[in-house]
Amino acid sequence: MVQHRSVAVVGAAETTGLGIIPGMSQIMLHADAALNAMADCGLKPSDIDGVATAGESPVAIAHYLGITPTWTDGTSVGGCSFMLHVRHAAAAIESGLCKTVLITHGESGKSRVGAGGWGGGSPASLQGQFETPYGIAGPPSIFTIPVLRYLKTYGIPIEKLANVAVVQREWAAKNPRATMKDPITVADVLASRMIAYPFRLLMCCLVTDGGGALILTGAERAKDFPRKPVYILGTGESSETPLISQMDDFNASRAFRVSGAKAFAEAGIAHADVDHLMIYDAFAHLPLYGLEALGFCKPGEAADYIWERNTAPGGNLPLNTNGGGLSYMHSGMYGMYALQESVRQMRGIAPAQVPGAKISVCHGVGGMFAASGTVIFTNEPA
Amino acid sequence: MTAHKRRAPVPTPETAEFWAGTKKGELRLQRCTACAHVYFPARPFCPACASRDVAWFTASGKGTLYSYVINERPAPGFTAPYSIAVVALDEGPRMMTNIVECPQTPEALVLDMPVEIVFEQLDDTIALPLFRPVVR
Repeated sequence: MVQHRSVAVVGAAETTGLGIIPGMSQIMLHADAALNAMADCGLKPSDIDGVATAGESPVAIAHYLGITPTWTDGTSVGGCSFMLHVRHAAAAIESGLCKTVLITHGESGKSRVGAGGWGGGSPASLQGQFETPYGIAGPPSIFTIPVLRYLKTYGIPIEKLANVAVVQREWAAKNPRATMKDPITVADVLASRMIAYPFRLLMCCLVTDGGGALILTGAERAKDFPRKPVYILGTGESSETPLISQMDDFNASRAFRVSGAKAFAEAGIAHADVDHLMIYDAFAHLPLYGLEALGFCKPGEAADYIWERNTAPGGNLPLNTNGGGLSYMHSGMYGMYALQESVRQMRGIAPAQVPGAKISVCHGVGGMFAASGTVIFTNEPA
Repeated sequence: MTAHKRRAPVPTPETAEFWAGTKKGELRLQRCTACAHVYFPARPFCPACASRDVAWFTASGKGTLYSYVINERPAPGFTAPYSIAVVALDEGPRMMTNIVECPQTPEALVLDMPVEIVFEQLDDTIALPLFRPVVR
């Protein structure tokens, strides 16, 4: 296990622009964010000796930026890959494999400049044989499949699923960089265009362009950097299945539960210690599955918890304070933006800053419930 | 379903028996001889206990509707709206499918309703297992 607070985020930044960026290809979005993160902490490419990324190869990113790494990590398990990169980087730094790690994300999700595509797997893969032939057409028609079962199991009305998007829009309204800021109501969500029943447009994430980068190093060096260090307190990761039809239970994510429990155990914290929470929200049901799997709510109670405004501005557990994938931005692999918001909150510079926040939990999902990663940050040194 | 064909599966050595079965109108699953676990999709070992001592059998083709979406967006071989469903087979495993021979509406697609298998011949080599409501 990585020692508490032995590794810190010292540099963090998103791309200069966010939303629609037709003038940058995918690899340049990685690079723009990386250059901004290096400027944030006063480092040059020659100061970086570890590179981790997903979407592009770490070899391509290192070469593009002029970095000669002694450690690379190309873990690519979907949108939570960056949570896993943080976890792996912390272990690598602590064990001396490298000193300073750059983690990058960039995705031309909207403009599709130099972008890869979602393929549904080769026709001989398990997904290609046993799911793709049934007309799955990207995440809105896959990630959503368990939800009718979940709603029936717990007797949750559709209004309470729609409300997740409403509350997150309240947070987005406080964020000048959020793509969607105008207030919405449950009625607005339920009147928006049907995408894949029971999911309507406003229950689905945005599709935008952008990127983000993090720079991590040992805590003993962290105080030499210009920004307030944000320490890694605990991390977790897990995976379940590449086939959503083969999840253990449509009412809960095993990967969420295992990753979250591991991170909380490593951090040695209780739920009451958490000041700020990010749960990757590609679709409106994910905060529900996340709150329950992480242990903030009992099974089936998360929709009421959000309905009762516990996670809304002014609530006791601020959740997805950047507006989330539903309203802030979503390039395709959103995990990096959740991490960026946790770092901003721990630095005390978030647009919707949680006053006095000391511990932030950042929980990611990858590949339609296939994988999960959790990072727990603190701004209090050892 | 429309002019453009569905994306067809390509069998592998591990799944060939399953696809040979659907071509003959049979749903073939595997049961572990060591621990009796029934599983899907096909592989030559038990995912519950890792035994390689597993055997094929022909399943009933009966199950219940476990969960679904009704997709409104285009996909090759489909005309929206169409259901993408997961069926819980009577033998235990769940599998993805489409529910056919009924309106593609929430009113017609009721969770836990009984369904039974039908096979759609995609081409000379592949028949796809689909499910329809059991008419009482």
